[in-house]
Amino acid sequence: MSDASPLLEARGITKTYPGTVALDGVGFEVRAGEVHALMGENGAGKSTLIKILTGAERRNSGAILIDGELAEPDTTQRAQRAGIWAVHQEVMVLPNLSVAENVMLGYQPRRFGLVNRRETRRLANEALAELGLSLDADRELGSYPVAIRQLVAIARAVRANARVLVLDEPTASLDAPEVERLFEVVRALASRGTGIVFITHFLDQVYAISDRITVLRNGRVVGSSATSALPQVELIHMMIGKGLEQAIASQGPARAQQGAVAAKFVGLGKKGMVEPFDLTLHAGEAVGAAGLLGSGRTETATLMFGAERADGGSVEVAGKQRRLRSPRDAIRAGLAFSPEDRKADGIFSDLSIRDNIVIVLQAKRGWARKLSRLKQQQLADGYIARLNVKTSDAKKPIGQLSGGNQQKALLARWLASDPKVLILDEPTRGIDVGAHADIVQLIEELRDAGLALYVISSEFEELVAYSDRVSVMRDRRQVALLERDELSVDRIVAVIAARADEA
Amino acid sequence: MKTGDALPRWAPPVAAMALVLLIDTVLFPSFFQIRLVDGRPTGSLVDVLIRGMPVALLALGMAGVIATRGIDLSVGAVMAIAGAVAANALAGGAPWTTAVLCALAAGLACGLWNGMLVAFLKLQPIVATLVLMVAGRGIAQLVTGGQITTFDDASFAALAGGTIFAIPAPILIVAVAALLLTLLVRFTALGLMVEAIGVNPRAAELVGINTRSIILAVYALSGVTAALAGIIATADIRGADANNAGLWLELDAILVVVLGGGSLLGGRLSYGLTLVGAITLQAIKTGILLAGLPPQMGLILMAVMVSVLLVVQAPALQQRLHRRTLRKAAS
Repeated sequence: MSDASPLLEARGITKTYPGTVALDGVGFEVRAGEVHALMGENGAGKSTLIKILTGAERRNSGAILIDGELAEPDTTQRAQRAGIWAVHQEVMVLPNLSVAENVMLGYQPRRFGLVNRRETRRLANEALAELGLSLDADRELGSYPVAIRQLVAIARAVRANARVLVLDEPTASLDAPEVERLFEVVRALASRGTGIVFITHFLDQVYAISDRITVLRNGRVVGSSATSALPQVELIHMMIGKGLEQAIASQGPARAQQGAVAAKFVGLGKKGMVEPFDLTLHAGEAVGAAGLLGSGRTETATLMFGAERADGGSVEVAGKQRRLRSPRDAIRAGLAFSPEDRKADGIFSDLSIRDNIVIVLQAKRGWARKLSRLKQQQLADGYIARLNVKTSDAKKPIGQLSGGNQQKALLARWLASDPKVLILDEPTRGIDVGAHADIVQLIEELRDAGLALYVISSEFEELVAYSDRVSVMRDRRQVALLERDELSVDRIVAVIAARADEA
Repeated sequence: MKTGDALPRWAPPVAAMALVLLIDTVLFPSFFQIRLVDGRPTGSLVDVLIRGMPVALLALGMAGVIATRGIDLSVGAVMAIAGAVAANALAGGAPWTTAVLCALAAGLACGLWNGMLVAFLKLQPIVATLVLMVAGRGIAQLVTGGQITTFDDASFAALAGGTIFAIPAPILIVAVAALLLTLLVRFTALGLMVEAIGVNPRAAELVGINTRSIILAVYALSGVTAALAGIIATADIRGADANNAGLWLELDAILVVVLGGGSLLGGRLSYGLTLVGAITLQAIKTGILLAGLPPQMGLILMAVMVSVLLVVQAPALQQRLHRRTLRKAAS
């Protein structure tokens, strides 16, 4: 199949947004009958590339060729007419219409200017049968589960003669039998000569279904290779951008032994989010959480913090059993959680830095016991100085600060509430180098001052540097808890790469 | 970043009010003249203030709701319910204090109902309060038995027509309500929490704010202020008209909040500026009348203003403007 001319080829695609280069001279090709996995961490440029290929975004430069000829898929409609279809994470179907109407949407056969229902049903059934699906074509699509809706969306694309089908995270909300069913359909399509682009964070699935893998990082192609020729370890290194030889040995002498148990999580889990896990955090200890994007680290943190309710398991904080039904419960128990998405989940952008810093402590005290203006100012000024937040004034809206300074203010918010356990989700993502160093140093200081920390980071070297132990997540499971003496970037990568059944 | 950063938040609403009042003075030179007739102040300005008070009360409640990114479409209907309840009590021979308390309790119950739908059942505010907006008039009609209930109680009627120290009672009621509310939100942390919920509801939940209770509270307050407005309206005509009391005033109240610098995107709460907005709106209406324009023009002008204000606030437009300035800066 390697000598077949590509169905779709992108050459030197460059896309810039104000302030960032999303894609930088990216080349990508899809051949007939292959399943091509497109891999990369958050912000690598996968979705931008897909949007450009499917006409949802325009490129700044570069060329797109379909069947070896220059093409201009600059709207979704044009891309679809050229045979390039995408089935997105949030499936684009109309749940209030029937299965048949969804399959035939935009292509309904007409008679006397009206939609011919009988013919619609017949053609839809034909298209579904081709994929080995037997559904009640008259039933409302919304009454079927997401997995079926996805297959119907694929049937629609197939029916409309899709030649390249992009599946963006199609398995994100499917269980194992549903994934298998989807894969059967994908294999059947590929054997008929359809080119499939498959995007996922599940490594096992990549190896189960794909023929080739292309890895993007920071808007560039890091490599492209036959799946069989690319070991998992190498794939992960390509994705996270660290060479094997760069691994850093664990630093510094072992510190004094850890303190008492600060928090103990036993059998905490939630179906479809994270499998039950056990974790004990000690005072004066930093536990790192490593894994790829989508491995379940953030979900673990939200369960620990009560932002999502766990199905089962128990939580003990400072020796007391606690039920965490909401972040309020968690905060009262002495937990703190700084989320990954600062803008969406963290800052109150229109409110002042001072308000943003005092708000957790204020919420903990309740609305009736307002912190005095003086106390608020002292808290804000104190933390601005201690954490080196660069601002002229605590009254400035926090939205005007840089990412790194916002992150410091968010940390200040939690420190002001005097927590026993601090959960940090990607505290150093997307911030400048100076602030990055400040935050790593702060993590070490807090750890040494007796706080228990759980730190999620995609920078494994950073994790190795300050963690006492590292919890390794993979496919929404905690697969290993590495002790200090065995900590290294290599070891973490090896654990992530190990097949699930060997771990 | 934003061009408005240099201006303090109170400047645009106050400037708008000053402009409208100035236009009124030009059109009608004796606009600011106030004379005392039988111990009652009279004059256009006094008229503007008194006429605007029911809407001002609605807007005080609405301001809290809008600051949490919500909206309360039911305030006009709640006015009618409260008025009907008060008139009914008076017609049955109850003293005016009982009538007032019954009306306030009815308003509180309506507000709690709205708040429950929004805070606990997570209905979209516009849908949740639409229920009572439509059903409320029916309830009010049930209370009045479909008739205009009249009463004869001088004490109750004084709530609209009386004066204390030469200050008309409605103005006093609104001033006290605004003062109490301001004290409530500024001397507790309620103001901060309401604004936090409006700016970023998810983050508010994550920092441990009891978002459900606070949302419930702002809708309950809105019910109470709507009931106060209903009491004044009922006292004014010495009767309860379930069909017309407070009709369409919910829209006026929303406009007042926006004129007072509130944003339908939430996060801004100022009762003082809400009063400024109420005066602005009423002065526009009075100005149109003084200029001899037919009242229909008032409706059209109001519609135009709502459109303009909402378009200016629209995120799409702001992004486009922002992008244009970026492009200009780049070139």
